[in-house]
Parts: sequence; C-alpha cells; structure tokens
Amino acid sequence: MEHIAIIGNGISGITAARHIRKLSHKKITVISSETDYFFSRTALMYVYMGHMKFKHTQPYEDWFWEKNNIALKNGFVTQIDTSQKTLVFSDGEQLEFDKLIIATGSKPNKFGWPGQDLKGVVSLYHKQDLDAIETFAPNNSVCKHAVIVGGGLIGVELAEMFHSRHIPVTFLVREQSYWNAILPSGESQMITNEIRKNGINLRLESNLKHINADANGRVKSIVIAETGEEIDCDIVGLTAGVSPNIGFLESSGIETNRGVLVDRNLQTNIKDIYAIGDCAEQRNAVEGRRPIEAVWYTGRIMGETVAQTICKKETQYTPGHWFNSAKFFDIEYQTYGWVNSEQHLKPNEAHFHWMHPDHNKCLTIAFDKTTQKFLGINTFGIRMRHEVFNRWLDQNQSIDYVLEHLQIAHFDPEFYTTYYHDVLKKFNSEHNRNLKLKKKSWSQIFTLKS
Amino acid sequence: MKTLRTLGLGLILAVSGLFISLLFMGQYTLSSATFENFITQNNITSSVFIKDLEQSVVDKEFSTPFYLANTIAEAVESANTYHKANKEWAQVIWTKPHSLAYQMVKSSGTGIVVQNKRRLWFLSFGLGILGALLFMLPALNLKGPPGIKNNHIFHSSATNRGWIAWLVFTFLILFYLVLYFRPSYMVNWIYLVDPISESLSGNPASQWFLYGFLYCVIMTVMAVRMYIKYRHNKYQTLRTTSVLFFQIVFAFLIPEILVRFEKPWYDFKNAFPLDYDFFFRWNLNELLDSGGFGLFILVWGIALTLVIVPVMVYFFGKRWYCSWVCGCGGLAETLGDPYRQLSSKSLLSWKVERWLVHGVLVFALLMTGLTLYGYFAGTYEVLGIKVQTLQDVYGFLIGSIFAGVIGTGFYPIFGNRVWCRFGCPLAAYMGVIQRFKSRFRITTNGGQCISCGNCSTYCEQGIDVRAYAQKGENIVRASCVGCGVCSAVCPRGVLKLENGPEEGRIGSSNILLGNEMNLMDQLQDK
Ligand SMILES: Cc1cc2nc3c(=O)[nH]c(=O)nc-3n(C[C@H](O)[C@H](O)[C@H](O)COP(=O)(O)OP(=O)(O)OC[C@H]3O[C@@H](n4cnc5c(N)ncnc54)[C@H](O)[C@@H]3O)c2cc1C
Ligand code: SF4
Ligand code: SF4
Repeated sequence: MEHIAIIGNGISGITAARHIRKLSHKKITVISSETDYFFSRTALMYVYMGHMKFKHTQPYEDWFWEKNNIALKNGFVTQIDTSQKTLVFSDGEQLEFDKLIIATGSKPNKFGWPGQDLKGVVSLYHKQDLDAIETFAPNNSVCKHAVIVGGGLIGVELAEMFHSRHIPVTFLVREQSYWNAILPSGESQMITNEIRKNGINLRLESNLKHINADANGRVKSIVIAETGEEIDCDIVGLTAGVSPNIGFLESSGIETNRGVLVDRNLQTNIKDIYAIGDCAEQRNAVEGRRPIEAVWYTGRIMGETVAQTICKKETQYTPGHWFNSAKFFDIEYQTYGWVNSEQHLKPNEAHFHWMHPDHNKCLTIAFDKTTQKFLGINTFGIRMRHEVFNRWLDQNQSIDYVLEHLQIAHFDPEFYTTYYHDVLKKFNSEHNRNLKLKKKSWSQIFTLKS
Repeated sequence: MKTLRTLGLGLILAVSGLFISLLFMGQYTLSSATFENFITQNNITSSVFIKDLEQSVVDKEFSTPFYLANTIAEAVESANTYHKANKEWAQVIWTKPHSLAYQMVKSSGTGIVVQNKRRLWFLSFGLGILGALLFMLPALNLKGPPGIKNNHIFHSSATNRGWIAWLVFTFLILFYLVLYFRPSYMVNWIYLVDPISESLSGNPASQWFLYGFLYCVIMTVMAVRMYIKYRHNKYQTLRTTSVLFFQIVFAFLIPEILVRFEKPWYDFKNAFPLDYDFFFRWNLNELLDSGGFGLFILVWGIALTLVIVPVMVYFFGKRWYCSWVCGCGGLAETLGDPYRQLSSKSLLSWKVERWLVHGVLVFALLMTGLTLYGYFAGTYEVLGIKVQTLQDVYGFLIGSIFAGVIGTGFYPIFGNRVWCRFGCPLAAYMGVIQRFKSRFRITTNGGQCISCGNCSTYCEQGIDVRAYAQKGENIVRASCVGCGVCSAVCPRGVLKLENGPEEGRIGSSNILLGNEMNLMDQLQDK
C-alpha cells in the first residue's frame, strides 16, 4: 500500500490527509513536533482571553484519527533523503514514504534585533508561544507593561489579548497608519482609531532598535529607533510577519526560494514530493495573487487540491477569487476580490468609499475607472455574503450592478439596520447618478443551484 | 464602577444569607379552630389522623416549619396504613402527605415573618434585585465598548465548573427538591409573596405562585444582563424582550387573573406535550365544566399543538418557540446564558440526546394516548396499566426531576439547555419538523470559516457548528433552538440564521472552499 507522509498537522496538512482518506485507502502518516492533535491556531488568542479552552480549538475529537485510519506521529523532521524516500527525525528515527507532502507552515520573523532571543520575548504562532505568553504575562502584576512590535493582523490580536488582562500595551508600528500598505486610508484610519479607543498606546512610524535585559537575562525595556526613547516592559511580542518554516530542507535538494518552490500542481522539483500551505511558494504566481499566501483558506484549498492529484488525477491549484476576513477589537472585516491601498493601487483602479457617521462601519468598493467593472469590496462592521460576491466577480458585474444589489449580499444577523440607502445616496451624489437599491430576493441570493 | 460592583455583590450575598435564615424564622401554631376548619373543608374522615394530630400538634407552638410538616405527613401515612389494613377505604386520605402538610403549615404561621410580609419582601426580593443590578450595570463601562466580550469565562470558577458553580448547583438542586417535594419547608418565602398573589388572583400564594414570581423576577434581572451584553445585537435584544413578555404576561399574569375571574388557570403559550397534563382527566373535566371559555381553551390547546406549532416551525424554525416564547427557554436564555459554553459537544452526547429526547416524546404520547383512551372508555385501567400510575411516573421523572431538578439545577455544570436538549418532548416534536420540513437554516458564509471554534463552544445545544461551517455546509439540525449566539460570537461573520426557500437548504458551497476544478469533477462524478 502506498504510504503518504505529511509533515505538518496544520490546516493544510490535515485537509490533505482527510481528503486523501476520503478518496483512497492509502496509508497516511501525519507528523508534527508541535502538538499531538490538529488545532486552529487562529483561535490561540481566545484561549488566553478565556473565551475557550485549548481543547475547544481542536476541530476533531481525539478518536477521529484512529477511526479514519490516519496515523499521527509526534516528532521533528531534520532531514529528507529524497533518493531513499526517507525522513530522518531529530531522535535519529527514520520513516520511509512513497509520497511526501511538506506542510510545515510559517515561523515568525525576527529581523536580527539585539536582544530578540531574551527571556520574555515572544511571538504568537505556535502552541508553545501561547504557553510562553501565559508564563510571562499571566496578569498585570507580574507583567506591568507589554510592547508589541509590528503592525499586522497578529499584532492586533496580541494587543487585544494583553488588553483582556488589563496589561497596558505599547504597540510599535512602522507605517504612518495601521496596516496602510493593505488598507485604503479611510479604513486604515478607522482601525487606527479603534485600536487607540481600546486604550492601546499605538506608536506610528516607530521601529524597534533593541531590547534590553535585566541581570537575569530577562526583558527589561526596549528602545525606539526614531526617538531613542526607552520603554520599560516585562514582555515583548514580535509580530512583524511570518515566513515559510523550511530551515530543515537546506541540504535536501528540494528547491526553495523564500518558500518551497512548487508548480501549479503543488509538486516540488522532486517527483512525489509536494508542498502546500504557508510554506509553499508558487514558481509562477496564480494570476493576480502573491506567490506565497499565508492564510487559512489557501492552506485548505491546497490540501484539497493535492489530495486530488495524489489520489485521482493531476489537478491544478485554482484558488478562485481572493477573499479574507479578520477582526480588529470589535470591528469585523471582510474582503472579496481586490481592493488595494493607495500605495499599491492598480492602474485604472478607482475607489468608492462610504463611512458610517459613528466611524465604526464602512465599506470601500474598487472598480475599473474606464470599464466600470467591479474589482472588489472591503467591509468593516458589516457582514457580506461570500457566495454572492464570488458570483458577481465571476460575472464581471459593474459597480452599478453591485451597488444596486447590495441588499442581496447582506449577511448581518436578522433585524440589523442596513445602510445601503445611505451608501447609494453618497455614490449618487459623488458621481451624479441616480442608482436605486433593488429589493432583496431569495431567488437571487440562492441561485447557486440553477 | 468597581465599588458599585462590589457593593452589589455584597448585597447579593447579604440577601442570600437573609433568604436562608428566613427558612428558620417565625413560629407555627396549628390552632384548633384552623384545624377543624381544615378537616371539614377537606372532608377528612380519618379519626386516626385527627386524633393523632390533636395530640401531637394542635395548639402547640413550633419554632420551625420542618418538624410540624414532617409530623403531619407522618400522621397521614400512618393513618392511611391503618385504614388500608382495615379496608376502611372511605377514611383513607388521598392527598399526598406533603401537600396536605404544606396546606396546614401555610395556615399555621405566626410571628415575625407573617407579620412583616411587605417589609421582609423589600429586604429580600427588593434588595436582591437592587444588588443584582448594581453588580451587572457597571459591565456597561468595565467590559468596554459594545461587542462580544467573553473574556475570562473559562478562567472564572462560576462559569468553568469551579467551586462557585458547584455551590450554585447544590443550591439549585436543593431548591427544586424542596419546591417539588417539601414545599412546607419554604413556607416563609411563600408568605412574602402573599400580598402580590392576593392582589392578582385574590388568593394567598402557593409554592407555585412563589415559583412563578421568582421566575419572572430572575428572568427580568438576567434579561437586563442580556441587554447589556448584547447591546450591539438586535436579534438578541429582541428575542430577550419577547421571552420576557411571554413569561410575565402569558405564564404569570394572565393565568392568575383568569383565576380571579373563576376561570381555569391556563398558560396560553404552553403547548402540549410540554404541557403534559393538558389531556389529563382532571384538566379535561375542569375545562369542560368551565363553559364556553373552557371549551375555547380546549380547542386552542389542540390547535396550538397540531396547527400553530408545525406551521410556525415550517416558516421560522423551532426558534419561534424555544428562543422567543417558551418559559423554559426563557429561563435558559437569561439565567442560563452565563453557562451556555458548558454543553457537551461530543458525538456521544449527540447520540444520547437523540435517544433520550425522542424517548421522552414517545413516553409522553403513550401516556397521553392511554389517558385519553381511559377517559373516553370511562376506565382507570388500560391494558392492565393504571393510567394514574403512568401519569405519576411521568410527572415525577420527567415533569419534576428532569425538567426542574436536572433541567435547571444542572445549569452551572452541564449548560443551560439540558432539559431542552435531552428532555423536552415538544422540542423533539418540533425538531423533527425543523429537520425535514422547514425554511429555517443557519447559512454558512462560503469559505470564510477559520475553524476557530467559538460557535461550537457557545452553542448551548451542544451542536458542533464548526463541523458544518468549516465544510461550507449550512447547519440544519433538529436540536438548534435558533438562539443566534453562534452567529453573534463568530469573529469572521460566517453564520446567519435565516428563513428561505427549502431548495438548496442544506447545500454545501464547495466551490468556494476549494478548487474551482473540484466542482466540475464533482458534477462529473455524480
Ligand atoms: C495568531 C494567528 C492568527 C491567524 N488568523 C488568521 C485568520 O484569521 N485568517 C487566516 O486566513 N489566517 C490566519 N492565520 C494564518 C493561518 O493560521 C495560517 O495560514 C495557517 O495556519 C497555515 O497552515 P499550515 O497548515 O500551512 O501550517 P501550520 O499551521 O503552521 O502547520 C505546520 C505544522 O508543522 C509543524 N512543523 C514544521 N516543521 C516541522 C518539522 N520539521 N517536523 C515536524 N513538524 C514540523 C509545525 O510545528 C506546525 O505544527 C493566523 C495565524 C496566526 C498565528
Ligand atoms: S446552532 Fe447556533 S442558533 Fe442553533 S442552538 Fe446552537 S448556538 Fe443557538
Ligand atoms: S465561530 Fe465562525 S469562524 Fe469560528 S469556527 Fe465557527 S463559523 Fe468558523
């Protein structure tokens, strides 16, 4: 029986394993040095905040794996012998495979800051990071002040975590406004305010210079590069992005760049060895997308795709239209298609932006200046229907069409106020148009089957 | 703000102390006049019983109700044993010993409690409500801006099965045991609500009046907590208002007022088979004896179960009842809300749930079937089974132990919907309709789920919502009561409760989850 070994029990590795099991009776071994069972790292913050126990982050009960004949192995792979098709573990143990899937995910970036390996310097990626945060910041008497370096999505999550335990936070962000390389300015400004409103000391245009230690080699303070200012703290969270976790591949002969290089079938330069999820890098990026996409959904899609290739027939990775979501304190964010920040605006990309007077809800629609084609939407504080936007993107709908049919894409809970009349009013006055909102209709919402 | 909270907590503790010490206060004397009156009114002919009590109880003063109640109950039992042995059937006392004891104790109270009903009401109920509000209102400020704030739920011993939870558990269990089986022990609490009962129905309060009143008070206070917690979520605030309205008006006020006008006590929203004694002989007789109005109730009750419930479930799902109308649901969604995360999500629990809840439904239907057969055939025994025995067993096991003691008592340990999930026959009936013929579903928003597990954790019905959401599948489950909390706590906007066309109701949106190629493959595979 063919033996499929999978390194990594994150969403991509586990999805691959589950789908291979669905499609075949092949022998499957999933390897990880992090935890025995698959868990959702997206939920790590909720464990620290007390919304959930760690057990709740595990989507499958413990009996699931044995019942589905998926072998789990706890161990760290140090080497891959591609010619002998053998994995070597840190304890010297070896494991032979017929096909290998590398799904080792990411690791947090460290940019060589002096003091970055001191006790009390943490990041937020692995289960072990959560344990470290719990040790160094159990409450606000042990941890009187926290500093977070790097303003991405994980940085905000970490800020919210410390905030939940009433630990004062200083949040250093390189940009002039939070996440403004990704978000258009109105939105970036709104989230900047939201972070501050929650009592986080957000320091824009600030970089870390170095981290100082006390006599015991523990974090004592940090120094800001721009101002030379020293800030006392008991914990430093480094959240300046992630990069593929592929150090162990160095001498394996598997071609890498920033990530493991793969073709559209997710195969590496070596036959029968595949890479998926955060650690995979497309040799030629899928049209309109980045070569490495470290998000949950793409890991899941790649897992499904590679299972098809291994069990049925060569299948190309075709992720469809981009979508994503996040939450910044109390403001939910969803995006469908592409809305670029001013810095990265595509030629011909124009934006229509609407902001609620309370500054806690807004939306931005990107469209093509000349063809009026709808390119994408960002919504904050308003939930939208994925299915509907996916369809509109498929159908190359115009911005007019999208605006007039926003009711159909509405996904907030029942009885919530809708704002689409306001949105249209603003658009009409800005563009001198007379668009009218169409009524919600079930048949249009659920046309997927017909 | 923090001081207010501490003050509130102090008041709650002080009032709890007062409530407990109240049980031991006052004096009890069953005067000969009251006793004789009672004997004649209740047609008690047992000379053994009368003589026994005249010697041991009448005109003597007791300092707690417990001893008095037990003596009376024992007297009933020993008198009955005697009469039964001598086949003196006419003298046997058929009222349950502790019901009879309760009635006697209730009319024998003297002293501090009976004389200070209103004052003590204020000190206990009044200050208790004030304390609870003081404790909760600062959350508006302390817990930050509106939004989901489930911080520290699993760090707190009250909401994570710690010692506070076990303490509350013990208290609730004892409360229900006393309420159902030894009401005379809480006679002092009942005195306190006499004035309110008298102003509503004209009668002094019974233990059921106390229970109804307490139920309304607790729901109201805890509804305030819901309003604060979910002030950003209209679905939650509206349905809280709705259950509160139906509890206070339909379950509490209207029935009491009906009694004032000498009509049968009836809760118009309580549908059979949850209202399991609707078809019992005594109830049918009472309704038929109450003229046109009784007949109306009879027709309404039948239509409610056979027409209104299924039609509403078809259009809106069983949530219209469980989360918007029902009293049990109302308590679960207010008092029980802090405990919703404790429900078990394991596959095993789901299996147990299906056997139990449908088992209770079958039991209720069988019992009712036999009862009705007996009623129309004019017999008390069907197939060699005494209908009365069957009813007693159901009333004891399901009506009291399951719905009350376990249903509410287990809140702090097994979550707030133990009864609704594992025991309620009406929920089972509606569940079947919801699963197979309804427009209701929880739509999963394409591929947005990040499998975080908030939805499953906070589903009070123990549904593993995530298992569906992460596959892009809609949630169509018999047990979903449509509380909407999974949708509220989801940090990615994945879930929406809605009513829509039946076509494609379960449908999974595979296309968004995976490869676009996939869909083509799947279509070809079929
Ligand atoms: C705090 C946080 C929040 C996030 N929130 C979101 C979000 O809201 N939305 C979103 O789309 N994405 C989010 N992400 C990103 C998302 O979690 C990742 O894209 C996803 O988990 C990557 O999955 P993966 O399967 O590729 O790798 P991973 O989940 O990283 O799994 C790889 C596993 O392999 C193990 N491993 C690595 N090397 C070896 C080795 N040599 N031997 C043995 N085992 C090894 C690792 O220890 C790890 O357990 C978040 C990430 C974090 C950290
Ligand atoms: S599935 Fe959602 S709406 Fe249904 S009972 Fe569970 S939490 Fe409530
Ligand atoms: S809460 Fe939302 S994102 Fe989290 S598992 Fe449930 S549906 Fe998915």
